Amino acid sequence: MTAAVQPDHWVRPDPVQVRDEIGRDRLLGMFRKMLLIREFEERAELAYKAKKIAGFLHLYIGQEAVATGFFDHLSPGRDATVTTYRCHAQGLLSGLNPDELMAELYGKATGNVKGKGGSMHFFSKEKSFLGGHGIVGGQVPVGIGAAFSAKYRGTGGVSVTFLGDGAVPQGTFHESLNMAGLWGLPAIVVIENNQYGMGTACHRAVAVADMAALKAPGYGVEAITFDGLDLFASWKAGQRAVAIARANKPVLVEAKTYRYRGHSVSDAGLYRSKDEVERYKALDPIERVQTSLLEAGWLTDDAATTEREAVVERVRAALDFAERSPEPDLSELTRHVYAE
Amino acid sequence: MPIADCHPLKPSRSIDLKAGEPINGYKGIPTGENRQLLSLRMAICQALYEEMKRDETIYVMGEEVAEYNGAYKVTKGLLDAFGPKRVIDSPITENGFTGLAVGAAMTGLRPVIEFMSWNFSLVAFDQIISNASKMCYMTGGMFPIPLVMRGPNGAGPRVSSQHSHAVEALYAHFPGLIVVSPSTPYDAKGLMKTALRQNNPVCFLENEMVYNLEQEIPTAEYLVPFGVADRKREGRDCTIVAVSRSVHWALEAAEQLAKEGIECEVIDPRTVKPLDIGAIVESVKKTHRCVVVEECYRTGGLGAEIAAQLMELAFDELDAPVGRVTTTENPMPYAANLEHETLPKPHRIIAAVKAACYR
Ligand SMILES: Cc1ncc(C[n+]2csc(CCOP(=O)(O)OP(=O)(O)O)c2C)c(N)n1
Ligand SMILES: [Mg+2]
Repeated sequence: MTAAVQPDHWVRPDPVQVRDEIGRDRLLGMFRKMLLIREFEERAELAYKAKKIAGFLHLYIGQEAVATGFFDHLSPGRDATVTTYRCHAQGLLSGLNPDELMAELYGKATGNVKGKGGSMHFFSKEKSFLGGHGIVGGQVPVGIGAAFSAKYRGTGGVSVTFLGDGAVPQGTFHESLNMAGLWGLPAIVVIENNQYGMGTACHRAVAVADMAALKAPGYGVEAITFDGLDLFASWKAGQRAVAIARANKPVLVEAKTYRYRGHSVSDAGLYRSKDEVERYKALDPIERVQTSLLEAGWLTDDAATTEREAVVERVRAALDFAERSPEPDLSELTRHVYAE
Repeated sequence: MPIADCHPLKPSRSIDLKAGEPINGYKGIPTGENRQLLSLRMAICQALYEEMKRDETIYVMGEEVAEYNGAYKVTKGLLDAFGPKRVIDSPITENGFTGLAVGAAMTGLRPVIEFMSWNFSLVAFDQIISNASKMCYMTGGMFPIPLVMRGPNGAGPRVSSQHSHAVEALYAHFPGLIVVSPSTPYDAKGLMKTALRQNNPVCFLENEMVYNLEQEIPTAEYLVPFGVADRKREGRDCTIVAVSRSVHWALEAAEQLAKEGIECEVIDPRTVKPLDIGAIVESVKKTHRCVVVEECYRTGGLGAEIAAQLMELAFDELDAPVGRVTTTENPMPYAANLEHETLPKPHRIIAAVKAACYR
């Protein structure tokens, strides 16, 4: 490592200490959200296979701890978020209704964006969720724009921009970080390094490992790295990042994580071994939180079962809602091309 | 006007192949003396393979083109055949690898770059327009740019707004670029070989929805020249002009119209730029009616251009206004019913032809 690298960029907290800091109710809240995200996506995957959902379906399964730990420090509405086409978790964490999100996947009139966007394009004005974006790297300057706007309007808000490791080589990433550093914007940029961009292993696409640590100094921004499969690390990293950003200093974050599913539902996954996937599955972020809750005595086995049944029920209701909703009216075809 | 000696499309799969399974790679499947069965995706791959054998300055670069064999398997087998020096996986960095290709083309190489889809070429728009398209002219002919940019164009299945652009009219707008958009394996192979032997930047627009289309074609070498249209169906009542996937929608519409006694002639220009307007005029002299079908938008689309040229060159031949069936003027919606109405599908083509025939 070069001298420019901040040595303390790793956030590796003691899980028990963090658990106590988070507290029972708050941790249970995050646990529920992660369960909901997982169930929502597993059911969406089945619905896709049953041809109820079409196009691309990119699942966040395995990465839930990253967004969950960060969102816990945000107030959606004041703080803005933006992400890639892998946007279901961020939509749910923004507080959007699973009914409207599932209906969007089904392309129904009651969908989050009226059936016009589909899986890659969840949005919410009220929650300042600036969306799911289809073009790799396209959302990064948009996130910086939200930070610029927060500072301009003096709201005290920050923005969190999520991107994949595969987007780091795009020009927009570098242009964005330079602006954030140059103008001292309250921007948090989170690279979700799930180790692959489609079938390309990260080391075949990005010239350095430890991307946040090595690149942040070049843009005059702070760096944070953490284990993205660990909710406690994610929560601490989020806490630190938000504190820095609230003081108008940008932060570049790298979450080392993993996606358990293919790039999208149609990916055969020949570029990685079954063993590798199994090794990471053993580190399942949701299972680990459950274990920790049980250890703390904040959850019993029975209560865990009840929690899981509750999300199954919630998602079943969302599927039912989507199924029963009507298709968009044909008059919607050319509506909203321009502002009304 | 030459008609390729390889109709009809989709021969029966008498050979040992599982029906419905895509056939990939550059090795055609022998079907008889000097004949082979190829899918459109294989036709492009075979052209690349043959030309890479012939010309060592050709390299292929793009996202997932090497180890993954291409996101749509168009480059399948090329890494094994030519190695990592010539078949290169790039990071997701379209503006970067396009500019790199311009530099390589200026210094003796003949790059082939793949856009995983032409939607992502918009990230590289600056390099395509400001550099590739103008370099030859602004250097007084000193630096021609022998560059092939290829990938699927137009709407994929239900992939909504940001993944459904059709860019043929957009790139045809700029002098200096050649725009090719084949509809059949025969044409795709011959046009790709031509592209790899000339010295201008070529936008080679493929279409995901016809990659699996199969055809029996010659094993012997042939080229399809730029600027020469092909008549994909003969008819006397109305000319339909279309490229790429739209040709197949046009043919489908023509079959249905034939049942109602309207015989359409389907003209496939194959290259949007240069455009074989002569072939279109020739057909219109017979039918006196013309409908243009395209995946581009109406404003400034191919139909707008062809209608204008027909007015200039064949004003007295037209018995009806030139019809245009385009993608409706909205970003692609995700919902199935809205997507269906957005695309220039047969039901809309049939209505336009009937209007042109006053039926
Ligand atoms: C500009 C652009 N180029 C290519 C693509 C096709 N594409 C979609 S996702 C993807 C891989 C991105 O990987 P990464 O950024 O690591 O995100 P992940 O999918 O792993 O979450 C590619 C190449 C695209 N959507 N946009
Ligand atoms: Mg990735």
